[in-house]
Amino acid sequence: MQSKTLVLIILCLSIFLLIESVQGQDERVLERLGINVHGFVDLRGGMRTQDDPYERDTSLAEVRMQVDMSKISDVATVQIRADFLYDDVPEDTDIDLEEGTGEMDLREANILFSPWMMMDMKVGRQILTWGTGDLLFINDLFPKDWQSFFAGRDETYLKAPSDAVFVSFFPDVANIDVAYTPRFDSDRYISGERISFWDPMLGRRSGRDNVVDAEKPDEWLSDDEIALRIYRNVAGYEVAVYGYNGFWKSPKGMDPQTGHGTFPKLWAYGASLRGPFGDGLVNLEAGHYISDEDERGDDPFVPNSELRLLAGYEREMAKNFTAKCQYYLEYMEDYGHYKAGLEAGQKGRDRDRHVFTLRLTKLALNQNMTLSFFVYYSPSDEDAYLRPMISHKVTDSWLIMAGANIFTGNEAHTFFGQFEKNTNVYAALRYSF
Amino acid sequence: MKNKMPMLLANIFVLFIAVGAFAQEPGVDEIIRKANDAAYYAGRDGRADVKMLITDEGGDTRVREFSLLRLNVEGKDQKFYVYFKAPADVRKMAYLVWKNAGKDDDRWLWLPALNLVKRIAPGDKRTSFVGSDFLYEDVSGRGIHEDDHALVEVKDSEYVIKSTPKDPKSVEFSYYRIWIDKANFLPVKAEYYDKNGKLYRRVEAKKIETIQGYPTVVEAVASDLKAGSHTKDLFSNIKYDIGLKERIFTERFLRRPPREVTR
Repeated sequence: MQSKTLVLIILCLSIFLLIESVQGQDERVLERLGINVHGFVDLRGGMRTQDDPYERDTSLAEVRMQVDMSKISDVATVQIRADFLYDDVPEDTDIDLEEGTGEMDLREANILFSPWMMMDMKVGRQILTWGTGDLLFINDLFPKDWQSFFAGRDETYLKAPSDAVFVSFFPDVANIDVAYTPRFDSDRYISGERISFWDPMLGRRSGRDNVVDAEKPDEWLSDDEIALRIYRNVAGYEVAVYGYNGFWKSPKGMDPQTGHGTFPKLWAYGASLRGPFGDGLVNLEAGHYISDEDERGDDPFVPNSELRLLAGYEREMAKNFTAKCQYYLEYMEDYGHYKAGLEAGQKGRDRDRHVFTLRLTKLALNQNMTLSFFVYYSPSDEDAYLRPMISHKVTDSWLIMAGANIFTGNEAHTFFGQFEKNTNVYAALRYSF
Repeated sequence: MKNKMPMLLANIFVLFIAVGAFAQEPGVDEIIRKANDAAYYAGRDGRADVKMLITDEGGDTRVREFSLLRLNVEGKDQKFYVYFKAPADVRKMAYLVWKNAGKDDDRWLWLPALNLVKRIAPGDKRTSFVGSDFLYEDVSGRGIHEDDHALVEVKDSEYVIKSTPKDPKSVEFSYYRIWIDKANFLPVKAEYYDKNGKLYRRVEAKKIETIQGYPTVVEAVASDLKAGSHTKDLFSNIKYDIGLKERIFTERFLRRPPREVTR
């Protein structure tokens, strides 16, 4: 443990020195080639504030260097963004670019070009996002990294990369986006490796002792995903419709023979609206998740279909102070069949899962300090997840930040309540270049 | 009758001079309108590279660099595209504003690390722009109908106008004075007085150049006299009438910044 810490410190120092010494000369060479190189070094540590029998006390201990290289020309933009990291927490340290484990996490490697005027195309590894929710996602069925999010990494790490072809068409009537992922990209889901969770089969929390073993659909072109969005701006209101054909993004199903987690097939369609209302902004979004492998909702090993709704409102309360609240509903279809499928003594979910969120953001010290508070509260699950955070840009290059991920709930099996033992505090130091 | 002729002629002459003098000095509303046009609406469209040097009361300086595109659309409405280049943590972020005269602006921010187009809630326009001493309203322009304007002094080369807000509760100043160059109608200085009548803020055009026939501020300084901080704006690579298309000011080009800003 002690030698690892030493390695960590030495690695961190040498990276800093390397950047400082190389930046001046190398930048000029690369600039002549039209290549921009930027990035950051991020040193981050966190710990659980209580004992978790299934996890380490240390929730985060990593140093990460992100290198962002781009070359923009008249014809195309080439973008490569990769993180090199030393991460002390997980046991599995092999590089896996899909799962994002190991010493390298490739965030982006893509080429963007316009084959003709009314069309853009981005091919390769990329971060994909759409929809109107704030840390709530309905029609955004692109991969998320919940482990990073709950452990206290920067909020941008909630989005995991996709290996996809993203094509956009721009006829006059509306904009059309199609994202085709030739091989399924799942969430970087809660597996027990970093974050312990409620295991319904064991009837207790699980962690490192029982890491989720999931069978991910991984056949190129047959286990693929396609996502569609059609949107347009109508007098300042953004209106969109969505479609998706792929899989549940986290292993919500189970193979009863092997006991392994599965990713059942998923169809989804939905719509959203975002625009001004009163002194603020309103967003509305709805989606219908159709769980194809369990049409009647009576298969206990496949999640039921769901209806999901979201309504949000954001406004500036005072200068440099904004508030945003959201209401979110997950409504399970065929709930009676679901209940009937539960084993005796097994705790199931309610038909409706209601969630309220509130985000408060205050900028201070000439907008160099950000105080942020985000809370998810579910009255139906009787649980909550709080995310307080403070960050300060000490200079244009240096940022310090600290925050917490606080989970609380009345029951051990609810969405946020299951993570209660993972409540953690973290701090970070970042140098951007 | 004969004796009165010179008198009458003199009277007519005086009247002519008076009318002539009146014709030379435009009314205050016209001065303000022309100043607003000169400062914010030059050309059909334009671009500039902006470097902001923010110096705090302790003397520490922070730098913001961005490229700016502007397009005049119908009436007094405009569209802006801001592409950030420095500091490193905001690099490649893009900011889109549809300025709706007399209404809240529509605003979007593109966050490249998330590939997310974030809509920004309407905000108090007298909030600092990117942490500088310039306010959002200094950059996008203050509606000329929001204040009552009075011509308080006509100097050799400048008009001095006192502007008092129609809705005093909506702003932090009680009034401001603005110096407008007679020759080109560019505002060259503005001084803001707080609710106690004390001068607390100054915005000055330090250097003006004529670019493609448009007198243009190429260096400006905003000073917060209370806090002791100031921000210098340096504008370069200014071009007008470059033929910007309205489609650049859409979500498509937030996700794919146009060559006009990345070159």
